[in-house]
Amino acid sequence: MPKPFTPKVITANALLEGDVVYQTATGWTRSLSEAEVLTDEADADLRLIDALSQQDLVVGVYLADVAPEAGGPRPTHFREEFRAKGPSNYAHGKQETL
Amino acid sequence: MYSYTEFDDKFLAERNAQFRAQVERRIDGSLTEDEFKPLRLMNGLYLQLHAYMLRVAIPYGTLNSAQMDQLARIAEQWDKGYGHFTTRQNIQYNWPELRDVPDMLDALAEVNLHAIQTSGNTIRNVTADHFAGAAADEVADPRPVAELIRQWSTDHPEFQFLPRKFKVAVTGAAADRAVIKAHDIGLRIVERDGEQGFEVIVGGGLGRTPMIGKVLYDFVSADDLLPTLEAIVSVYNVLGRRDNKYKARIKITVHENGIEDIRARVDAQYALIRSQFTGVDQQVLSRIESDFAAPQFKTASLAAYESAYTNDPVFRAWADTNLAEHRAPGYAIVSISLKAHGATPGDATANQMRVMADLARRFGHDELRISHEQNVILPHVHRSDLPALHAALKEAKLATANIGLISDIIACPGMDYCALATARSIPIAQEIATRFDELKLEHDVGPLKIKISGCINACGHHHVGHIGILGLDRAGVENYQITLGGDGTENASIGERAGPGFSAEEIIPAIERLVLGYLDLRNDPSETFLQAYRRLGLAPFKAALYPETASKDQANAA
Repeated sequence: MPKPFTPKVITANALLEGDVVYQTATGWTRSLSEAEVLTDEADADLRLIDALSQQDLVVGVYLADVAPEAGGPRPTHFREEFRAKGPSNYAHGKQETL
Repeated sequence: MYSYTEFDDKFLAERNAQFRAQVERRIDGSLTEDEFKPLRLMNGLYLQLHAYMLRVAIPYGTLNSAQMDQLARIAEQWDKGYGHFTTRQNIQYNWPELRDVPDMLDALAEVNLHAIQTSGNTIRNVTADHFAGAAADEVADPRPVAELIRQWSTDHPEFQFLPRKFKVAVTGAAADRAVIKAHDIGLRIVERDGEQGFEVIVGGGLGRTPMIGKVLYDFVSADDLLPTLEAIVSVYNVLGRRDNKYKARIKITVHENGIEDIRARVDAQYALIRSQFTGVDQQVLSRIESDFAAPQFKTASLAAYESAYTNDPVFRAWADTNLAEHRAPGYAIVSISLKAHGATPGDATANQMRVMADLARRFGHDELRISHEQNVILPHVHRSDLPALHAALKEAKLATANIGLISDIIACPGMDYCALATARSIPIAQEIATRFDELKLEHDVGPLKIKISGCINACGHHHVGHIGILGLDRAGVENYQITLGGDGTENASIGERAGPGFSAEEIIPAIERLVLGYLDLRNDPSETFLQAYRRLGLAPFKAALYPETASKDQANAA
């Protein structure tokens, strides 16, 4: 039996700055809490194709697992947690604006 | 110090102009990412977790003060005010924006630096003993030949698409400070019947399948070196496996075919190409050698040094730990630690870079080195200048007295920056250093090299750490495996895995148990961790690491 589809967001890096970005219904955001959560596999595939076509904006597009919560999606793997937050040795990256 | 010729300047300006146009075409949409990626990698530009990363080559780890000042300026103008010195004597900028990279490369070119071949399946930056030209135990300065190899390998038309990346290290001393046995090719300058030549070692490497290099030739004369290198890389280029990335390095080629087979093939290739080397390389080499002439060493009174050494315990502790024997009387080699307790190993702020550049200008014959252990070296300092130098280092938080000790940890960037990493390295290094600083034990523990990698690729050289730590992803949780007894010197050995891994919370107490265990196990304070390990083997160290298993075993035996 195929594995059941788990909720996902589409993520990538911004072409110009390299920042971690997430796809929203209408574009891209730097904040995971604003990302569009995809719960349907067919829908996720279509959104991924759309994201992959936006090479003028983003690089390295892929689907990342999340847990949908009241405050927005939360990463389920530590790698995505670091991507969402920035490095642990300096308050650089996304932490600077928090 | 090598200075660029008109040819070098022109070549680099052309490359930088090409890359500037490639970046513009990527931004305006004429190039796809698939088309652009190999082009940016050829120029040292990676895309990491949070941002782009520019890896700048520091050939054989040698810089002058103007170059260090420019690295500081670049860190300030286009990055976040710091740079990260790596285990291959390079510097990495972690936060450049794509549009700025061509300007950064032009700024590097102003001081004869570049980022060419710091990525891709090419011959990478040639590394060398960081004490080159200064060490008391040296046969000859390895940097002229390292520069010759840099010129030969840069843009070499046959070697731009090797099966995999290719790393060369050179030393001129019997004591190996350049880890030459863990390189694709390791070279050691040796003397035979009054003639200088090279011992040639091939097939070393760390990563997924760690291997100690094997001696291909015990003596190659100086004028045969380039044809020999060309023959080795040619043989690898054809024979190296392109079907499996994990089996593509020359260490696997040597392992699968055997050193005798490789030697026969290299001999045949050498015979075929030798006549193409007409001696021009030796003319180039002699010009390079004159660039690396030793500085005019001075003589001065040692009174100020001796007085500081007697009266200032902080200076004495630093001098005892951070100085090495220089070949010139009255001189010392100064290692500046980039491992302040709790800081990120290998990071320097722009201000610290400027301080080090200034000290090199004032006290160090304008020379600096980057070590593969992620520290900065002032190779030529007269002892009379050491008290003033130490005072200036203290002010810039660069006077940590821990070279070769437990807090002088090598750590790769790990999952805080690297897209390949499977776990973090930096916080583990920070916590170990902080913990042993609290315990005030590191000087009692003595020489001990901890090396941490955040993935199997082993940029943190964990296999050759006396204590190696490898960060892995075990079912979605960071997990750290310990290896023991590794050694990166002329007595190179690969560490043995101690047992099951530890979580991020468990790893610091585990290292503490291990080191306290060693203090109990050693014969006397002169027996180092590595010596004790070699005498006793894994078992007693394992018992210290896994006390519960050890007591269970004891109960079962009883």
